[in-house]
Amino acid sequence: MLFPSFLNILKETNMTLLECKNLTKNYGNHTALSDVSFQIDAGHIIGLLGPNGSGKTTLMKLIAGLLGATSGSIYVREEPVGPGSKNIISYLPDHSYLDGNMRVQDIIDFFADFYEDFDSLRAYDMMAKLQINPRQKLKTLSKGTQEKVQLILVMSRHASLYILDEPLAGVDPAARDYILDTILSNYDENASILISTHLISDIENILDEVIFIQDGTLHTHASVDELRERDNKSIDTIFREVFKC
Amino acid sequence: MPWNLDSDRPIFIQIIEKIQMDIISGQYAPGDKLPSVRELAMQASVNPNTMQKALSELERTGLVYAKRTSGRYITEDTTMITNLKTTLAKDIVAQFLDNMQRLGIQEEDVISLISEYIEGDKHDTVRM
Repeated sequence: MLFPSFLNILKETNMTLLECKNLTKNYGNHTALSDVSFQIDAGHIIGLLGPNGSGKTTLMKLIAGLLGATSGSIYVREEPVGPGSKNIISYLPDHSYLDGNMRVQDIIDFFADFYEDFDSLRAYDMMAKLQINPRQKLKTLSKGTQEKVQLILVMSRHASLYILDEPLAGVDPAARDYILDTILSNYDENASILISTHLISDIENILDEVIFIQDGTLHTHASVDELRERDNKSIDTIFREVFKC
Repeated sequence: MPWNLDSDRPIFIQIIEKIQMDIISGQYAPGDKLPSVRELAMQASVNPNTMQKALSELERTGLVYAKRTSGRYITEDTTMITNLKTTLAKDIVAQFLDNMQRLGIQEEDVISLISEYIEGDKHDTVRM
């Protein structure tokens, strides 16, 4: 356990963890992201919020290195996205990519083989708390439970940047609370979490900052408490007003 | 049990208010050690950075002080705690009078209302 005064020293260095510069992504004629620039410091939890089709998943895939940008650049700890950045980014995609025939314990072994920073003990511990039997095959679990398994796997890495694309969508409210607590208690002070979700009211109290994206462009990037102070409204309410249909 | 925080006001301000209240009500005694930032953040279900910000602000006002390596403590200055209590009590009175004014009740009537209420309350207790 680090002392608070030591944490202060670490925080004051305020290292830029992620920098996106003039990021544009086209799919054929369609522009998914247009000239997006922002920075994220180490040790923050950032909500990535925007309506359906606003470019959240595209942005997350670009940062995770699964897509290439049409133009612009992304730096993770001042290095361009590549094998080095993949080592320190733990990414939860918006759909499952695991083999449903594998048992949960086999997937844990698989992750432990694949990622040096994977903590099997932490994974088993979280599985036990959420009453997931590691001997069960993934495909025999409910949709929500499968989502929990994937989130546990992603959060069991000791990464510097966690990118979570809609991690709570299929998870019941009680487990949601447990997962948020787990995120808060496990993430280390120098790691950052970028999290996209539509369940704003569930997560807004744990956020430091929000990024609103609209039609592929950056609308707002601000501290959540500054926004609340400015408008006397919750982030959920501000979102509903900004993106009113 | 997470703290009761509204989402429409800055979280760090509500944390400050909650800890101030805990100090005034005696949950924390003068000189008590506060739990770590992380522990408090977990209790409140908020981000450690937000908790850190609230505690730094409490430190700035002097209500809480940090010892270099052993954490944060509640001030031993009981005058400061009494003053804070008075300030908060005045705030509540001001708010109350504001509401009364909105109802169109004059200040002297407010006082008799309060007296009647307190009397009535006593009778109620006696009857019970």
